[in-house]
Amino acid sequence: MATPATALPRTQAGAGGRHYQRFDLLDRVMHGLLMVTFIGCALTGLPLMVADHAWAQSFSRMLGGFQSAMLIHRICAAVMIVVFVGHVARVFLDTARSGKWLEMVWGPNSMVPNLKDVQDIAGHVRWFLGKGERPRFDRYTYWEKFDYWAVFWGMFIIGGSGLLLWFPFFFAQFLPGWVFNIAMLVHGEEALLAVGFIFTIHFFNGHVRPEKFPMDPVIFTGRISEHEMLDERGAEYDRLVAQGRLAAVEAPPPSPGLRALAYAIGIPAVVLGTVTIALIVYSFLF
Amino acid sequence: MPAPSVRALLLVLLLTAAGCAAAQGAAKEEAAAGPNDGCLMCHADPSAKSAAGKAIAVDAKKFAASVHGAMSLPCTTCHADVQEGVFPHGEVKAAQCASCHEQAVKDYAGTAHGKARSGGRDVAASCADCHGAHDIAKRDDPASRVHRANLESTCASCHGNEALIQRANLPGGNVASRYHDSIHGQAIANRTSAQGAAPTCTSCHGAHDLRGKDDPASKVARANIPSTCATCHMNAKAEWEKSQHGRIAQSAAGAAPGCIDCHTAHDIAQHTDPKFKLAVTDRCGTCHADFADTYRDTFHGQVTQLGYAQIATCASCHGAHQVLPKENPLSRVSDQNRLATCQACHPKANANFVSYDPHANRHVREQGQLLFFTGKFMDFLLLGVFSVFGLHTVLWFVRSLRAMRERRGTPRH
Repeated sequence: MATPATALPRTQAGAGGRHYQRFDLLDRVMHGLLMVTFIGCALTGLPLMVADHAWAQSFSRMLGGFQSAMLIHRICAAVMIVVFVGHVARVFLDTARSGKWLEMVWGPNSMVPNLKDVQDIAGHVRWFLGKGERPRFDRYTYWEKFDYWAVFWGMFIIGGSGLLLWFPFFFAQFLPGWVFNIAMLVHGEEALLAVGFIFTIHFFNGHVRPEKFPMDPVIFTGRISEHEMLDERGAEYDRLVAQGRLAAVEAPPPSPGLRALAYAIGIPAVVLGTVTIALIVYSFLF
Repeated sequence: MPAPSVRALLLVLLLTAAGCAAAQGAAKEEAAAGPNDGCLMCHADPSAKSAAGKAIAVDAKKFAASVHGAMSLPCTTCHADVQEGVFPHGEVKAAQCASCHEQAVKDYAGTAHGKARSGGRDVAASCADCHGAHDIAKRDDPASRVHRANLESTCASCHGNEALIQRANLPGGNVASRYHDSIHGQAIANRTSAQGAAPTCTSCHGAHDLRGKDDPASKVARANIPSTCATCHMNAKAEWEKSQHGRIAQSAAGAAPGCIDCHTAHDIAQHTDPKFKLAVTDRCGTCHADFADTYRDTFHGQVTQLGYAQIATCASCHGAHQVLPKENPLSRVSDQNRLATCQACHPKANANFVSYDPHANRHVREQGQLLFFTGKFMDFLLLGVFSVFGLHTVLWFVRSLRAMRERRGTPRH
């Protein structure tokens, strides 16, 4: 039963309406940790990349000097690596428990891109250009999958090069010096890509675009309203109805306290990220 | 009648003695007033003014305390154009120092000040500007304007006077204030017995041999600076002479940094001063621009740019006065010595660690194919991702706004 999202009466879709569980507690905690450590690494690393700017010099002093910035950077990096490894371990352990290995790579809940994602990209662009209906997305959209794999790529590139630079004496036992030159280059460039991407594209896609402005609290509350489910994830909704599993994921609406907490965490993060982008743009222009 | 005659004789004797004493006293008083009584009749009045309205007062006490006053020189020794007994006299020319200090005045004519003055720049210092006039003192007298403790402020009356510096376009700008904050100036200002030997202005520039830096005979001419500094810093000069910089400076090519190119002239600081350590990378960069740029790409360079001097700058690796090219086995960065140089800060460094290129340039292919292409790949990746998603975002944003407007138009219930 494909109900066009726009036909749904809005009154039914308010904060108190029907909700479905989208992210469990561990997902949300991991995203929270990833977010905090990512911002921590960005803010302590960026001053080095634009060290000739007065703001970087004052900000570095505010952080307590380069040694304390380095300490914060490494603590954040270590926690981030633990979260990353923990996530990967969790995916494999969950799959091992359920035995559904094929679904891990080839199901609607898989992060692996598939044919529908290609069709969705084309359909979404057609919609952008006013030449068709908006695609009905499933549980994970193509841009969410890109974000997800970008983190994987970034973890290997930035995390790997970062470990090299953190423990140079250990790695120099079996790696030549030029590897550190490469590590230094890619650590900074890839970090710029990651920071630039998360604080602009991810923020737009996930939070600040007109439908969600100023932010989408789902990653903190874990629950998505029926209205938004139909609007943004119609294919998932239809699938859950067809499988008779919709009722199983229904959840009470997030309490006002939880919603307030979501905004209390999310808004400062969006603001901090936007300020960071402004500083990067300023530093590369002037 | 011996009695009256004796009495008379005694009286005569007494009167004679008293008269002599009186006469002697009078003569003494005349000598103390000196030969300048006549002049001071007018010039001792503190409010005295010439016909032209110029203050003409002379502090007799100060003059008496001066080296010339102690010698009881009459005013006309210096003011030789004033005719005695004729007053009021007309306009008086500048004091004639040369009548006694012939050599000093001759030497002065060759100084930067003397040349400027003879060239018509009246702002240039002449004898009295440095030595004072009626209060003139010997230079080893702490009251002297040219005593080493007072020279800075004497020179600063022009070279530290912003208005005058601007108006007369004095060379070097406010060198006095910069010197004052320098390690030399501070040593003099807070002098201890050991630091009392620190150089003041004339130590480097000379006094009656003070010449502009473009004059080859100047103590501060480029070629002469190392010798001038070596008056005190003998070892530094000896090390520098053996360095690449020193060798080139002494060769025909000549264009190599000497002392002030790294240390500056008037802002000179202790080499351990963080300000100096941080500034020196820029100074090395005035010639070695590529190396300064690539240094700034490294962690060392980033941290020093942020303002922390605890980390390696140019001299930490290359040495200072003994800097040599890496092909020279004696160089601190030669293949033979590099490990030991890095180990000074990184005791756990090994051969692989020190084969890291601290001046790698990712934009120059010849300096390393892998780094060059990795850099190009990263550029392409960043450009690609931001172009594709930038466009995606802009299109989405515009479409979303339209969708929201359309939706707002639909009736609700």
